[in-house]
Amino acid sequence: MVGIVIVSHSNKIAEGIVELCSQMAHKDQKIAAAGGTEDGRIGTDAVKILNAIKKADDGDGVLILVDMGSAIMSAEFAIDLLDNDLGKKVVIADAPIVEGSITAVVQASIGSSLKEIACDVKESKNIEKI
Amino acid sequence: MLTSDLLIEILKNITKVIETNKQYLCDIDAAIGDGDHGFNMNKGFKAVAEKLDVVKDSDCGTILKTTAMTLISTVGGAAGPLYGTAFLKAAKVVDGKKDLDNEDIVKMFDEGIKGVIMRGKAEQGEKTMLDALIPAFEEIKRALDSGSSSPEAFIRATKAAHDGVEYTKTIRATKGRASYLGDRSIGHQDAGATSSYLIIKTISDTINK
Repeated sequence: MVGIVIVSHSNKIAEGIVELCSQMAHKDQKIAAAGGTEDGRIGTDAVKILNAIKKADDGDGVLILVDMGSAIMSAEFAIDLLDNDLGKKVVIADAPIVEGSITAVVQASIGSSLKEIACDVKESKNIEKI
Repeated sequence: MLTSDLLIEILKNITKVIETNKQYLCDIDAAIGDGDHGFNMNKGFKAVAEKLDVVKDSDCGTILKTTAMTLISTVGGAAGPLYGTAFLKAAKVVDGKKDLDNEDIVKMFDEGIKGVIMRGKAEQGEKTMLDALIPAFEEIKRALDSGSSSPEAFIRATKAAHDGVEYTKTIRATKGRASYLGDRSIGHQDAGATSSYLIIKTISDTINK
């Protein structure tokens, strides 16, 4: 199954999204949170993200959901730090973090590929709420 | 000539300068951003200073790589991956070298700035650290090409970086948190450009001492 990593400036947001998504997930689905800095501040940490990617990977690749700004840059940095084999199987989703995460976890849990999930998740940009 | 000992001294001095200017950088950032730039940079460089004793006898590549990896895991804001990328790209150019000549210095700056452009998907004129770094780098090249010494080149680069910071007051932010403000960002200087200026100035002050 494709692993999911949630990157937010806030650890509470990242952990909260993992909690929310886990309701919809297969029991073996790996979802890792990488929110905030190591010392609990608001921010992002490429090394924390790197460790979350390794934790979420079970061989089928990893999709990263990000909130904004430095979350994207730190996630890209983390991918650069990975060895080539895993690095090629990690994608940052172009999607809103909450809706995208739910879509990603549902798709990953039914066994969709990384490419399919990345594509579906992008569609969550167009979800109309009202 | 830039030795690994001098590089260590420069990084220690950057730590001191960032600490002294912590509140100043936060205040600039608070006007149009999230107000944590000085605090984040101080966190990052304090952690770098602690690591410097471990790598003080290493080559310039190792020193810069350690700086990069420390910044990305401690800064927290966008400055972490941006400066982290700059230092990591610069590290690659001088891997294994203890003494750097002017050509190495130019290459380090060139690669570092390219790293910031790549990571930030930014260009000059977008109210970012590039508005201080690019003019400074161009001045270094011009000065060295015309036969100036590297200390002289950095004095000129400091002036160019300062002018770059002033220029950021006149333009609108299209990158980062300040871009949410649109035209209301005009009139304020960019915090990232300001910290880049302080870094260039500290390099200059250290090698001109």
